[in-house]
Amino acid sequence: MEFFKKRTNFRFMPLRMRWYAISGVLIVASLLMVGIRGLNLGIDFTGGVVLELSFPQAADLDKVRGALAAAGHEDAMVQSFGTANEVLVRLLPKEGEDTAAVGQDVLESLKSYEPGVQLRRTEVVGAQIGKELGEQGALAALFAFLMILAYVAIRFQWKLAIGSIVAALHDPILVLGFFAATQMPFDLATLAAILAVVGYSLNDTVVVFDRIRERFVMSRKGTPTEIIDLAINDTLSRTLMTSVTTLIAVFSLLLFAGDTLAGFATALAIGVFVGTYSSIFVASSIALDLKLSARDLMPAQREKGAVDDMP
Amino acid sequence: MHTYPAWRLWLVAVVMAAALLLALPNVFGDAPALHLSRDDRAAFTDQTQAAVTSILEQKGIPVDAAWLEGDRLVMRFDDVSQQLQARDAINAAAPREYLIALSQAPRMPGWMRALGLNPMSLGLDLRGGVYFLYEVDVAGAVKQLIAAMERDYRTLLRNERIPFTGVAPAGADGVKIELRSGADVPRVTAALRKLDPLITLEEDRLGEGGSVTVRLTPDQIKQRQDFAIQQNITTLRNRVDELGVTEPIVARQGVDRITVQLPGVQDPNEALRVLGATATLEFRLVDDQNDAAEAERLGRAPLGSRLYKSRQGSPVLLKREMIVSGEQLVDASSGFSEGQPAVFVKLDARGAAEMLDTTRENLGRPMAVVFIEKKRVAESDPCNGVRSGTECTEEEVISIATIRGVFGSNFQVTGLLAGEARELALLLRAGSLAAPLYIVEQRTVGPSLGQDNVTRGFQALMIGLAGMFIFLSIYYRRFGVVACVVLFMNMVLLTALMSMLQATLSLPGIAGIVLTVGMAADANVLIYERIREELRNGMSPHAAINAGFDKAFSAIADSNITTLIAGIVLFTFGTGPVRGFAVTLCLGILTSMFTAILGSRALIHVIWGRQRKLEALPI
Repeated sequence: MEFFKKRTNFRFMPLRMRWYAISGVLIVASLLMVGIRGLNLGIDFTGGVVLELSFPQAADLDKVRGALAAAGHEDAMVQSFGTANEVLVRLLPKEGEDTAAVGQDVLESLKSYEPGVQLRRTEVVGAQIGKELGEQGALAALFAFLMILAYVAIRFQWKLAIGSIVAALHDPILVLGFFAATQMPFDLATLAAILAVVGYSLNDTVVVFDRIRERFVMSRKGTPTEIIDLAINDTLSRTLMTSVTTLIAVFSLLLFAGDTLAGFATALAIGVFVGTYSSIFVASSIALDLKLSARDLMPAQREKGAVDDMP
Repeated sequence: MHTYPAWRLWLVAVVMAAALLLALPNVFGDAPALHLSRDDRAAFTDQTQAAVTSILEQKGIPVDAAWLEGDRLVMRFDDVSQQLQARDAINAAAPREYLIALSQAPRMPGWMRALGLNPMSLGLDLRGGVYFLYEVDVAGAVKQLIAAMERDYRTLLRNERIPFTGVAPAGADGVKIELRSGADVPRVTAALRKLDPLITLEEDRLGEGGSVTVRLTPDQIKQRQDFAIQQNITTLRNRVDELGVTEPIVARQGVDRITVQLPGVQDPNEALRVLGATATLEFRLVDDQNDAAEAERLGRAPLGSRLYKSRQGSPVLLKREMIVSGEQLVDASSGFSEGQPAVFVKLDARGAAEMLDTTRENLGRPMAVVFIEKKRVAESDPCNGVRSGTECTEEEVISIATIRGVFGSNFQVTGLLAGEARELALLLRAGSLAAPLYIVEQRTVGPSLGQDNVTRGFQALMIGLAGMFIFLSIYYRRFGVVACVVLFMNMVLLTALMSMLQATLSLPGIAGIVLTVGMAADANVLIYERIREELRNGMSPHAAINAGFDKAFSAIADSNITTLIAGIVLFTFGTGPVRGFAVTLCLGILTSMFTAILGSRALIHVIWGRQRKLEALPI
């Protein structure tokens, strides 16, 4: 079986203004979404208390809210989680309150409503820790970008490095936009997924670049536009194939791994789509507009007179 | 026919054989078990093991396997009911001889254990447990040091007979001594230097008077803070041991934090109570010159005394000057003295000297033992003492006894209930915390959720793998089947590596494995696409295989290294779930490079490489 029976010969580069426009609109929309609606940050970042409770029968959320309000937690967010028997309660941290004690308090107040309630999971994160986790995550992302930029610049060339970084920035922004638009909870695991998306997207981009380099070095004819198009076509079925295998894995996570990993798997799924798009349409376009040419990719010429290795 | 160096075939074969062996323990899963350690902290011997097994034999409870692990005895059972029966039987037959922890032990056969093989260790989210992150109040630790300096300097000045108007903290890092006469400044500095030659001094002479300020150097402050954290870690470790948890983790994190991970603990509050309560004792002389009832009625104590409550609720007046405090305690154990529950206390040299002096001078007078407990309470909970935020400090006079003899370092405290004596000894032995601790993060995963996470994660992995296998086999035909075998090898190798490194597998870790499998397929895809391309360009099958592997190599290496960089950064900066994900991602990339480049080539060589005439490739 093959995706394409014959060698494909799509012309990607001449239409790059169109790709820029699509990406530009999506990026602006995503940034606006993040700016206006904001992310639905989980307690990993905001601090607070999350309790996952399991009731012997389907839980009446209004009664749960009532029981919590009676105990002084009017602001508690209560939602069902996975099945109807499972309930997720979330409380934001209050100034000067011992968060560790709050979890116990909530459980006690719910026991009065339903004695059979069981605690499946609690998470208590202090506000300060939340802030630090957020900062650490941002720092990790920044470092990852810088290191990868350096690697691609050394291994390939700075014009390609810029292209790969633009593509690698493009993808997480769109994923963030999706999370802001849908208000899906954004926690530490989601952040990890976004960084994995960066890795994945780069992986895809680097494979295309590898081919671009090979094409430039091998062929003497053809404009850079034509050569880049050839390289993208060369790797097209591989790019799609890898997206499919990765998506099979990601979708099985999304469908079967349970709600704890839902945010993680969603971020990856979106990321694989946009990552595939950006490595085909965006990364090379940028390099081309930076006037990438054969000379940029030729192996460094040996200085005349330098002693060759002994045979 | 194409050639492939034989040593590479051997390398792949040897690595895979080793990987299979290392990964094997994971196949057997876990069974309910008991971890026994001796209450007196001595190591288990064959003899004590025989004693325990004979208890179970008498009760007819079958033990699946038993072995010694360090100081502990591990006994594995077929099911949970046997495990619980066994615990109850041992507790009934030999009360208080053993600390028994309910836990899980791998079901692998004994010879694997003998070889030192281990299954992967599961994270708290997969087996249930409690995670705490404590923050140590290092500023508080420095404050304590300054308070101690203040006390020492007062004593010093009094002993040297230098008149002073005040000794008080100066800023956060110093103590200021105000002198009546500026002429005394050199004497004071000399005396201070004699006490500690390394201190920094600031002198000041104002008019008649003068002052000397002692400042801590940044090094001293850091030393003090490190000490506070280290002491807290030691204390927490001791207490965790008292909880009887298997494989607990207590470790420093960052500058002023301590993480505590207790796998298998289900009730975080029980853990919190034991970890968070601090108990200490104070020994004070009873003020028998004044009337305690009168003081209680007035609501104030006479000068030099303080009003306390006894256990029965009656007022007691004690001297403000304390003889010995809990800090001078070296050891404490519980037992019986003349039929009464007692705590046997041992003091350090300084405490012993104080105690000796006091008992000698006050023979026949009453001495009181004050029990001070600090614990966390919810707002609704009662606190019979001084409440500060959620901390409740309860002080209670537990015993008043007449000093009947002169004693020093060893003595006993009575007047407790049996259970209390045990608990007090435990808390005292664990030591009082050097600097206050606060919980900043707490996560609990119930055992049912842990099991669900394992089941679901494993299911997702299997379904993902199956989907990929089907797809690859259809898309690349027999080469696709080879790719499936390679992916399977990758899984085995990754499992082996995780088991060998004893890296912790968490739910995000499983996600990382699923993702690496998806991405590991990529390396095969790169190679196969390249082989197809070369075939289309008219190359012979053998040449196409060679060209495919050779030309795909740089793309595989570059793309994996970029992902590896992202993974390493995630591992370095990440915590918790991010780290768990990064571990499997990084290891997965390494194993997939090995299996895709060396493993799949070896397989393809073995299958097709030796055929002299190869018309077409099943790709």
